[in-house]
Amino acid sequence: MSSQAQYGVQKSMTGVKKTGSQMSYLCAACAKPTEIKPKEPIRCHDCGHRILYKKRTPRMVQFEAR
Amino acid sequence: MALEDRNRVVILEDRVENVSGAEFPMSFSDQGIPFTLKGFKESFDIKIIRLTPTDIEFDLIGVDASIANALRRILIAEIPTMAIEKVYMINNTGIIQDEVLAHRLGLIPIKANPDEFLWKRADEQPTDQNTIVFKLEVACSHNRDATPGEADPKMKYINSAVYSSQLVWDPRGDQEERFAMDPIRPVHEDILITKLRPGHEIICELHCEKGIGKDHAKFSPVATASYRLLPEIQILEDIIGEDAELFRDCFPPGVVDIVEENGVKRAKVVNPRKDTVSREVLRHKQFEGKVRLTRVRDHFIFNVESTGIIAPEKLISQALDVLIEKCDISKTALAQATKGNSEEDEE
Repeated sequence: MSSQAQYGVQKSMTGVKKTGSQMSYLCAACAKPTEIKPKEPIRCHDCGHRILYKKRTPRMVQFEAR
Repeated sequence: MALEDRNRVVILEDRVENVSGAEFPMSFSDQGIPFTLKGFKESFDIKIIRLTPTDIEFDLIGVDASIANALRRILIAEIPTMAIEKVYMINNTGIIQDEVLAHRLGLIPIKANPDEFLWKRADEQPTDQNTIVFKLEVACSHNRDATPGEADPKMKYINSAVYSSQLVWDPRGDQEERFAMDPIRPVHEDILITKLRPGHEIICELHCEKGIGKDHAKFSPVATASYRLLPEIQILEDIIGEDAELFRDCFPPGVVDIVEENGVKRAKVVNPRKDTVSREVLRHKQFEGKVRLTRVRDHFIFNVESTGIIAPEKLISQALDVLIEKCDISKTALAQATKGNSEEDEE
């Protein structure tokens, strides 16, 4: 029998970037990442949209295709 | 039931008669029809009517419904194929939720020969012998070349729709050389998986495993596998003249033809297998007692449509192999059970 190579799932490259007290969010309108500080108005720096989404977990999630 | 009707299901105006078989002793008081292997070999036949790369129509003649049904059920539920079983989601910002997307991915038929792979038990690690890996990495963005005011999402955006052709096979171990002749890919390239809009992204790794339809329908190698009994139209008394035309029009086109002999038009059954057995002919008074609709009880018309993973003619032979294997298991089990009994008798 041929090589029984073990499989490893690659770890995510993109993740939530936390720089100090800044948090990165995604704009609901333009989907660009926006960094906002505490007490700063919730607003996209790019398009001014006032809805921001929290980023998805940087962890890989396993699902059964059933 | 008359002896000549023993393998006919009789269709009457308001009911169906002779539904169950009579292939057991003492069915007929005057004459027995003992089962012999020689008799079976003479009457048994398989005829392939139509064969395309995805479909097969064949006749199975001279067996009981239980055998035909076993074959049908094996086709649906017991022939292994490879299908996406595990989805490792790294990112999914599309509108379809992770679990729904995983389910949709699982249903995509994967063109890979299941005989080349081993079964993977739940406690086993994935290896190149039991797992196929696919990667799906798509992100949607605005198409800068689109004309202003473009309304079609396909032109306006790049990757607005994700198709099965975007699944990328990631060969592991020696898989690349093993399947160099026939690379592993989805059977169809144009299966819509999901739709995306600018900013949406899907990154995931998909693991395919071997399984059978009994476990999950996604492993079933057939789209449809069904049989019907051959219809038969018995003309008991000649139908002539204008009645012949009415008679012909009672059936789908091609079932009944009109032949002219010495200037007399006479209805003749040419292809009863096209008949839908609608019983329209039984509604007309003028045909009363002249026609009889039946179905041949031991003549099964199989229609099998493959999903494209396994060729339809191979599906049938594989199904028969599974049936033979099952018979062998029952045979040894029965032999062991009776052996135990005879030992008890001796004591």
